[in-house]
Formats: sequence, C-alpha cells, structure tokens
Amino acid sequence: MEWLQINYNYLLVIVLLMIGLWAMIGKNNLVKKCIGMCIFQNAIIMFFISMGVKAGSTIPILNYTKIDGVKTYLTEASMYANPLTQILMLTAIVVGVATLGMALTLVQKIYSEYGTCEEDEILEKLN
Amino acid sequence: MKVLSLIIALVMGALLTVILDDLPAWGDAQSPANAHVSAYYLENAYKQTHVPNVVTAVLADYRGFDTMFETGVVFVAVIGIMAILRREGVPKGAKSRKRPPHQPPDPAITGVATRFIVPFMQIFGLYVIAHGHYSPGGGFQGGVILGASVILMAMTGELKSALNRMSEDWFIIMVGLGFLIFAGVGLACMFYGGNFLDYSALAPLFSGTPQEAAITARYHAMLWVEIGVGFTVMSSMFAIYTYLASDGWMDRGL
Repeated sequence: MEWLQINYNYLLVIVLLMIGLWAMIGKNNLVKKCIGMCIFQNAIIMFFISMGVKAGSTIPILNYTKIDGVKTYLTEASMYANPLTQILMLTAIVVGVATLGMALTLVQKIYSEYGTCEEDEILEKLN
Repeated sequence: MKVLSLIIALVMGALLTVILDDLPAWGDAQSPANAHVSAYYLENAYKQTHVPNVVTAVLADYRGFDTMFETGVVFVAVIGIMAILRREGVPKGAKSRKRPPHQPPDPAITGVATRFIVPFMQIFGLYVIAHGHYSPGGGFQGGVILGASVILMAMTGELKSALNRMSEDWFIIMVGLGFLIFAGVGLACMFYGGNFLDYSALAPLFSGTPQEAAITARYHAMLWVEIGVGFTVMSSMFAIYTYLASDGWMDRGL
C-alpha cells in the first residue's frame, strides 16, 4: 500500500502508456490509432511534469515580498517547482499538436481516396 | 493481432513497473532532475532578465533557438497540411467521395452565445500573451486561445463568415509572419553585434546603464518573440481546423 502511495504518479503514467501503445498497435481504425498516439504523448507529458515536482513547492513564478515598499523577489530554488521539465513539455505539446494535425490530415486523405479508415479494408482495396 | 498487441502493452507495462523502484520518489527535491541545472535558472532568471515567470524567461530567452524552431515545426506542419489537403475548383475524377447535401447551421442559440463569448476570449488571449512575463501564459497559450475564438466562430456559424474575417491568404501570411518576427528579433541582435537571439545585444536601443539596458532589452525582446509565437500559433490552429473540417474545399465546415 505504501508502495502504491509513493509511486502512484508513475503507475498512472504506465497505465496511460499501456493504453496508448495498445491503441496504436491493436486498433484497426486509423483515427483510433491517432487517439492512441495522443494518449501516449500525454502520458509522457505527465511523466515529465511529475518529475519536476518538489514537495511543498509552488509554480515556477517568483513570489515577492515588499520591504519598505520595494519589491524583492524570492529566488530560493526549493520554493518553486522545476521549470525546465515544464518548458520541455510546453514544446512537446505544441509539436504534438502539429504531428496530430498532420496525422489526421493523412487519415482524411486516405479516407477520401479509399472511402474507409479501417486498416484491413484499405489493405483489401490495395491488393 | 488484438491479443498480440495486448501482450506487448502488458509486457511493456510490467517492465516499466519493475524499474519503478529506481526512479526518484514523487516530490523529491533532491532528485537528479531537480538538483542540478534548474536551480541556476530559478536563482538567476530574475537577475538577468527581470522576468519573474521563469518558464517564460527560459522558453523565450535561454532556449530561444528551441522555441524558434518549434514555431518552425508548426509552420511546416501547416504548409504540409495545406499541400496535402488543399484543392481548387470543382472535384475531378470519380474518386472524390460524394459530399452530403449542405445543411446550414441554425445559429439561434449558439450564434448569439458566440457573439458574446468571442470578444472576451480574444481579449483574454491578448492578455495571456502580453502578461506572460508575470503570470502563467505566453505566446503559445495565448495563441491557442485566440485561435480557439476564431474556430468557435467557424463552428457555430458558417465557415465562410469566419473566413471573411481571416481569409486563407491572411492566415498563411500570419503563420509565416510570426516565425519571421521571431527570426527577425534574432537577426536584429546580430545587426547590433551580438549572437543570433542574444537579446542583450539590443541594449543600445534602451536607456540606462549598459547593464540595466541589457536586462531591459532581454525583457522587451521576449515580449516581441512571444507576440510572434502568438501570431503563428493562432493562425496555424485556425488553418489546421479549416483544412481538416472542409476537407480542403474551403467552402463549409463541420
């Protein structure tokens, strides 16, 4: 039980990775494969974000105190969550949107060409 | 195939579960990812750029190259989608599928609601872009909100009415313009004798002692860069939606 409490973020990520991988390999419909890819990406994003968490910390936007009316920003590193993982994942989200848009475009082109998104039906029409 | 893929997924899950004990505990401030580099940015980002939001500072300044080419990725994706889906004129050949007859949407409720929501969304999107230095936000987030507002117009009303506000020519120009603003700021740094995207080289444009001016230059250049990113993301979101929803015909949406 304690093991579950310590590792539950990783376990959630693993479950999402399994769902995504299963959808990408096992599903027959190309749109569902794209959805699987999206779930896989989101699992990786959650993994990175949960790696950057520090216990008792807040978001990486500096707090300030006012001493005699002068703003002084507090730059203690342990007060804030790790910004680097968040920035990396900001990049990953945007690139993920671009790849998902591209994938859906190809699926739509395949659909208008073959009239179906099912993989086996496309293979039948190809032969 | 289904069973095989299930086995593969389960095996991968099992393997990942086995190595769980080697990963740092959740919220461990001393884990390798948290202990080394990130502290430098948290401690020095404000001193060097006067931007309290460390995410924005690192994204737009320290990692400017990464962000610029990320904008380039979005640009290339839009160009690719346009190249694949865009068609002109009437359908040719028997292969083009029959399109169902067009039913114009009834905007009785959604149209009125959209008319109220869209201005607030756009103001909020601009706020998120402009206030990214001090609060969660920045070019990507604000650009997505702005893009969503245009997509909302296209979804509730006719696609044509949204295209009247933001035509195909314009969103293609704006996707490129955003990338150009970003690269232009980088080139301006080179003209002032610095490295590409080294914003502190823009210091002569700002008043104050050289050190202060360098900090101000980094602060302002970050805002310009975020605006460029906002342009690209906003119009690319709308471009992706338009091409996908109209199947490249540009006449009507979903």
